[in-house]
Amino acid sequence: MQNTTIIINGLVLVLLGFSFFKDKSKTMKSLKIAGKSLLKLAPTILSVILLIGIVYGLFSDKIALLFGNENSVNGFILIAVIGSIMHIPSLLAFPLANSFLAEGASISSVVVFITTLTMIGIVTIPLEIKTLGKKFTIYRNVFSFIIAIIIAVLMGVIL
Amino acid sequence: MKKQQNQKFNYKSIIFLGILSIVTLIVIKFSPNNSQKIINTSLEYFIQMATIFPAVLILMGLFSVWVSKDFVMQHLGHQSGIKGIIIAFILGALPTGPMFIAFPMAQGLIKKGASITNIVIFLSAWACIKLPQELVEIQFLGIKFMLLRLSMSIIFITIMGIIINKLVDSKKTTNNQFKN
Repeated sequence: MQNTTIIINGLVLVLLGFSFFKDKSKTMKSLKIAGKSLLKLAPTILSVILLIGIVYGLFSDKIALLFGNENSVNGFILIAVIGSIMHIPSLLAFPLANSFLAEGASISSVVVFITTLTMIGIVTIPLEIKTLGKKFTIYRNVFSFIIAIIIAVLMGVIL
Repeated sequence: MKKQQNQKFNYKSIIFLGILSIVTLIVIKFSPNNSQKIINTSLEYFIQMATIFPAVLILMGLFSVWVSKDFVMQHLGHQSGIKGIIIAFILGALPTGPMFIAFPMAQGLIKKGASITNIVIFLSAWACIKLPQELVEIQFLGIKFMLLRLSMSIIFITIMGIIINKLVDSKKTTNNQFKN
């Protein structure tokens, strides 16, 4: 993560310099657009950050308990729902998933957990609605939930 | 008119932030065991956002000034077909930041004429098909697991993109954005 931060900032600096060299007024306009978006999105982003903190802080140590009864359909759905509520960067999700597998969790429940964890973010919904609209947000999250379950069941059957 | 409505909407998000801040304080107060974890997690995300988000916004600003609507429409628009789908997957899979950075980027692409199919693919690929992520997945869960999950994700994400495109008209979405 640290590296990508440096790469992105470096890249943007280079592009900004290039843009400034080519057309000063266009560059100023782009900076204005960036500043406006920042002001517009800042409160929502801060809210999302607080939500992630609360959800992770309250529930992260309770996830492991869930995988005890994942063989029932209810347990499986519950894992999918928790995965949707939580929002963990996928790089951290894999070691977590691995430890669940080692403890004897089923492939399907681990896959559904990874997919919902990364693709659906109930905590990021305020930001998604604000930028992409309510209708789009609802469809995307609902369909992601459905395909997460399909992928998980298929992988459970194949592996 | 437009500006006024924008401000009104922002007002709502500021109130939302205020309420959440109070809720956070209450949770921290009444759940001291978890307070450290809550503060650490939020702080970690805040630092990540603070270091990456301004750059992303400037990138979007440059994008909106320099990249023509025709160019985006041609490569990611309704007529872009399979080529557009592949570009959307590649754009999403580039190693970048957390999911919430992708939303304003997707908004910029829609405004420039990208199709909803490709936006759904872009966002989904951003979430679950990252290059460094696949390597970690191999390391922890094995190559067979990774390849199987990757290919199924690609198939189902594409299907999902096509369905959502049918359900949401991209023109309407853009208009709603301006109304909001």
